[in-house]
Amino acid sequence: MAGFELICPAGTPGALRAAVEAGADAVYLGFRDETNARNFPGLNFSRDEARDAVRMAHARGVKVFVAINTYPRAGAPGPWRQAVDDAARIGADAVILADIGLLDYAARQHSGLRLHLSVQASAANADAIGLYQREFGIRRVVLPRVLTVPEIKRLNGALGVETEVFVFGGMCPMAEGRCSLSSYATGESPNLNGVCSPASSVRYETRGAEMVSRLGPFTINRFAADEQAGYPTLCKGRFRAAGSTSYLFEEPTSLNALALLPDLRDAGVLGLKIEGRQRGRAYIAQVVASHRAALDAFERGRAATPAASLAALTEGGSATTGAYDKRWR
Amino acid sequence: MILEPKLTLGPVLFNWPAETWRDFHFRIADEADVDTVILGEVVCGKQTGFVADHLPAVIDRLAAAGKEILLATQALIADERDRRATADLVAGAPVMVEANDMGAVALLAGRPHAVGPLVNVYNEATLAWLVRRGARRVCLAPELSATAVRALGEAAAEFGVALEVQAFGRSPLAISARCYHARAHGLHKDGCQFVCGRDADGMEVRTLDGEKFLAVNGTQTLSHGYVALVAELDGLGRAGVGRFRLSPHSVDMVRVADLFRAVLAGRSDPGAVTAELAGMVAPAALENGFHHAKPGFTLS
Repeated sequence: MAGFELICPAGTPGALRAAVEAGADAVYLGFRDETNARNFPGLNFSRDEARDAVRMAHARGVKVFVAINTYPRAGAPGPWRQAVDDAARIGADAVILADIGLLDYAARQHSGLRLHLSVQASAANADAIGLYQREFGIRRVVLPRVLTVPEIKRLNGALGVETEVFVFGGMCPMAEGRCSLSSYATGESPNLNGVCSPASSVRYETRGAEMVSRLGPFTINRFAADEQAGYPTLCKGRFRAAGSTSYLFEEPTSLNALALLPDLRDAGVLGLKIEGRQRGRAYIAQVVASHRAALDAFERGRAATPAASLAALTEGGSATTGAYDKRWR
Repeated sequence: MILEPKLTLGPVLFNWPAETWRDFHFRIADEADVDTVILGEVVCGKQTGFVADHLPAVIDRLAAAGKEILLATQALIADERDRRATADLVAGAPVMVEANDMGAVALLAGRPHAVGPLVNVYNEATLAWLVRRGARRVCLAPELSATAVRALGEAAAEFGVALEVQAFGRSPLAISARCYHARAHGLHKDGCQFVCGRDADGMEVRTLDGEKFLAVNGTQTLSHGYVALVAELDGLGRAGVGRFRLSPHSVDMVRVADLFRAVLAGRSDPGAVTAELAGMVAPAALENGFHHAKPGFTLS
C-alpha cells in the first residue's frame, strides 16, 4: 500500500505556504463565509486567494481540498452551491462535503470533481459510508472521532473507499455534525454557522483571585491564580454532576495519535489529518514538520516516536489518543 | 391550523427499569390521546436487552388501542454489534422504522420509513433526496428555527411528506462514543454498571456557579430545560408541520398529551398550558430558544 497522505490545515494563505513548505501532501481550506466549519473572523480564503493557493500548491506537488462542510440553510442553498462550483472552477483536488443535498448537487453538476465525505457527516458505519459511496461516488470518508482502531480496520475491510482520520489537534468528544451544544448556549452552531463556542459569546471575569471563563450566560470554568485560563470550549469545561466537580466531557487536551501509526497502517487508513485551521503559521509549520519527520521515519521502517516538540503545542500541555483507544470510552 | 394535527410519543431515551417502561406504555395505550408511539432503543445498544422481553406485549397493547407504532433505530451506530442489531431491526420490523443514523437510512432504501431528529435534515435538497428514497415522515433536528421549518414545510407539502417537530421534553443536543454517566461515576462504558438507570430524566449537569445547564443520559447530552412549543403550535401548523413529538419523561405524560391536544384543538389557552407544564417540570425550566433563532436555553 502507498504511504500515508499527510493532510494539513490552512486557515490563511500564509499558513498554507507554511504547510506546503513543511511537507504537507495535501492542504485543506475553506472559503471566507458560512459554508465551512471554521467560519472565524480573519480566517479562510477569498476565491482569488484560493485560486492562487491551488496554483502554488500544485506547483509543489501538493493537493488542495476545499471544505464546504456546514449544512446549507433551508431556503438559501445558493452560497453552498456557489462554493462547490467555485472549488471546481479553481481546480481543487477535492471538495469535503457533509450535507446530502449538497453531495447530490456536486455529484450531478460536477461529475469529475472528487468528493470526500466530511467528518461533519458523522458516517461511522459501513452501511452509511456505503450509501454515500453508491449514491454520490465519494472517494474518501473522513472518519468521525468515535471509532476505535479495530473498528476502523473492520470498516476498511468492508469498504472500497479511502479513509482519512484525525491524528493531531483539537479533540471533539461528541460525534461531529451531531452536536448542538454550542447553539444551545450561544445561538451559533457548527452545522449552521460553522462555529463552536464562538469568541463573540466568550467573557472572562476576574473574581477575587480567580479567573472565570463564560460562554453566553454559563460559567464554563474557573481558574486559580496559578492556573492558565483556557478558552471556554463548552465540552472542555468543568461541571458539577453526580455530586462532584470534573471535566465531565473531556479535559482541555489535544489529540495526538502519532504513536498509533503502525496500527493505523495495519487498519488500512490512507489519510492522516491535522486539525487547526484557526492556528497561526508558526504553529502549522512546526506541527506539519514534526509529522513529516515522523511519517518519513515510519516509512523507512523506524518506530515513529512522537516528536517532543509536539507536546508544547497541545492544549493544556496534555494529549490523548481519544476514541482510538477503547479505554477512552 | 391545518386539519387534524397528530401527536407522537417519542421513544423513551432513558434507561428506565423494564417493568416501568412496560407499564408506562400500557398506560399510554389505555389513556393517552396520542396518535403514534415510537418504541426502540435510540441511545445505547447495551440497553436494548432490558425491554426486549416486554416489547411484544407493549406493541400488542398499543396496537389494540389503535395507536400507530414505529420502531426507532440507534442514533450512533459505530460498532459491529450495533450495526447488526440495526440490520436485524430493519429486516424484521413489523411496523414502519424511524432511522436515526444514515446507516439505517441506507438499509431502509426503497421502503416507506421515517427519519428521526438525529439525522441531519437542514434543507429542502436533503429532504427531497430522502423522500425519493422512501422517507414518508421526517422529524426535524431541534436546533432548526421557525424560519428554517417554514422553508422545509413548503417543500414537504410539495413532496407529500409529513414533517414533525419536538414540542415537549429535554432537547437532544449531542451524542458521543463516550459514556458520560459512567465517566461521572468513575467507570468506563464497558463496565458501566448501568448507572444511567439512576436518573429517570437524565443526570443533571450544573456549572461551577450552580447554574442549571445540561442533562446527561449515558452517551447522550440533553438540555437541562424542557422544550415546550405550546404558543408556537399554531404557527408550526401553518408552516406545514403536521406532527408534534412529545419526548417521554417521568412526569405525567398522559396529562402532557392532553394539554397539547387541547391547545391543538383550540380548547385551551397556550399561556395556561405553558404555566401548567412549567409547574410539572420544575425545578427545570421551559425553553423554546431554538425555534425563535435564539440560544436554545432561552424562553421567549
